[in-house]
Amino acid sequence: MTISLFIPCFVDLMYPKVGISMVNIFEKLGHKVAVPKGPACCGQPAFNSGYWDESRTIATQMLESLKDADVVVIASGSCGAMMKVFYPELFAGTKYEAMARELAPKCFEFSSFLVNKLGVTDLGAKFPHKVTFHDGCHGLRELNNKRPPRELLAKVRGLELVEMTAAETCCGFGGTFSAKFPAISTAMAEVKCASAIDTKAEYIVSCDSSCLMQIQGLADKQRQPAKTIHLAEILAQS
Amino acid sequence: MTAPAAQFTLDARRVAPDTRHRGIIQTAMGKYEVVRDQRKLWFQDWQGARNLAARTKFAAVNQLDTHLAEFAKNLEARGTKIHWASNAEQARSIILGILKAKNAKVVVKSKAMTSEEIHLNDAMETAGCEVVESDLGEYIVQLRQEPPYHLVFPAMHLTRGEIQKTFQDKLLDAPTDNPEDLTMVARRVLRQKYIQADVGITGANFAIAETGMISITENEGNARLTAALPKTMITLVGIEKVLPRLADLALFLPMLAVMGTGQALTCYNTLYGGPRQPGEADGPEEYHVVLLDNQRTTLLADAEQRDALGCIRCGACLNVCPIFRNVGGHTYGTVYGGPIGSVITPHLRGLQDWKHLSFASSLCGACTETCPVKIDLHHHLLQNRRNAFAPATGKPSWWQKTAFKLFAPVANSPALWSLTTKLGRFGQIFHGLVKGSALDPAQAWTKTREVAPIAKQSFREWMKERES
Repeated sequence: MTISLFIPCFVDLMYPKVGISMVNIFEKLGHKVAVPKGPACCGQPAFNSGYWDESRTIATQMLESLKDADVVVIASGSCGAMMKVFYPELFAGTKYEAMARELAPKCFEFSSFLVNKLGVTDLGAKFPHKVTFHDGCHGLRELNNKRPPRELLAKVRGLELVEMTAAETCCGFGGTFSAKFPAISTAMAEVKCASAIDTKAEYIVSCDSSCLMQIQGLADKQRQPAKTIHLAEILAQS
Repeated sequence: MTAPAAQFTLDARRVAPDTRHRGIIQTAMGKYEVVRDQRKLWFQDWQGARNLAARTKFAAVNQLDTHLAEFAKNLEARGTKIHWASNAEQARSIILGILKAKNAKVVVKSKAMTSEEIHLNDAMETAGCEVVESDLGEYIVQLRQEPPYHLVFPAMHLTRGEIQKTFQDKLLDAPTDNPEDLTMVARRVLRQKYIQADVGITGANFAIAETGMISITENEGNARLTAALPKTMITLVGIEKVLPRLADLALFLPMLAVMGTGQALTCYNTLYGGPRQPGEADGPEEYHVVLLDNQRTTLLADAEQRDALGCIRCGACLNVCPIFRNVGGHTYGTVYGGPIGSVITPHLRGLQDWKHLSFASSLCGACTETCPVKIDLHHHLLQNRRNAFAPATGKPSWWQKTAFKLFAPVANSPALWSLTTKLGRFGQIFHGLVKGSALDPAQAWTKTREVAPIAKQSFREWMKERES
């Protein structure tokens, strides 16, 4: 099948390896990857900030660019939730509502697409390290994505998963929240980082680069021994 | 920035990095989580129980008018005087009127967040009454002249050493910092107050329409003494507390206990149905119930958010909230803290003054996931954000609107995005010179976190190169 792959703005700029890994994985599985010529952003920053009109300016373009897609894979649980869960709400009562409702079931976060749609858990990957997994909140609670990333990690050769106590606790990123309330956001990142480091894992893995940016950003600033990596980057290792 | 927002930001900046405070709350909540999860397993089907509770409460709220009329009628039939208060001022003047008529000098109270909401203690003290909180946690914060820290645990932010010091300073009696010793000190003082009190004031956990009864759940027996010893009893209750049937308590009492404190049931669960009836041995001679609206009907009129009136004030959403756990209960500056407070305070006290609380959230959804009556808390925060800035319902901030308006065409156009990528790469060369300093436009981020660099080749650039 042809997979429309949406790489969110900050992943595009700062974490291209995440997108490249996904392309490689899908192609290895025999699928064709198309990157839609639509917007670089899903419109979530404006939406979460209360500016729904401005968010729709972007989101309508997204709907247009994906209207012929069979499936859409989103390289982030958060942006995935935006398109799958919040677009129908954002467009409720507008002429785009039907399009948003049509798009929603075609949208998948990366790990849930592999496990739930393709039925693949073993990608033949090898990553001989002890890791801990951070559940991004949108993936976990909007998309109910607790199981898929763990099923994928379980099949990685040499990988040992150690769960941290605060696996489901927010890392404190929260988009614009991290800049609007930096003191709170930083305190949350400290709690998260401490819990991850407690496991003595070598890597903190997640399906969300935004959370990893927050965790790595804090760890680097405080010279804490934490290394982060996106799930797709592990699955692309052979 | 409004005054409450400025205060919130200031207090959050002070409390959030305080690792001692963070440790106290984490320890307390860690213990709570363990027992809460054990007790949840006692339910055959916890999610089923949540669904039923949510349905029952939502239906009750949607027929508030009929339930309240039935509740009032049943209580009046046994000699209770019902008072309807549209706002805080009316509620205060009703209660002060009763105190005056009874020539009351000493008032004992059991825990009632509604009384915090209408600033009742201040009003009664100004009127010349001695007011004593009888819930141990409330008594401690009253001695310290602090507001309650948490809906259920008013003094959870204090160590036993701090409580000992408070008792030494205020009661001149605190032999040790042992919780039992301290409790005995409070008990000796409070027992005298129950005997002296002319009036006892309580809150309510539930108001049962079918039988006309107030349900109070507690662990110390202090509400029973507050209700039983003084000659006059007053209950101040928010109109949303109504439940249709007595049998509903079979679900709600254990649910409130499990989520509130991790108990299967609280130690004392009492129903109050009126003043002392002929032939009864005890109970107050007079019973007044004050039903408080105070903007609850405004929330009722909001079709999107009226499920928030189903709140049973268990505090579970505070307990799991990473914001609450880091900024603490006093930072909110509201009577109702944590996620539920951030949702309802804009309705109770004005959206523009209290919208900042809806923004002070990462929208992680832990609150919604735990709420026993399934209030859609974190999505309501999103709606408050929208209502605060939508041209139709709020006041957009010009600079934010401009920023998002400028961002949209950049995000929408591959050419402009590509240009921005290159400009960003160029800009970050100079960013290093000011990074983390006051001159850094990204200081809110960079002061405490490193920033990830823009890659030498973005994903879209890689894709373009690959396709050509």
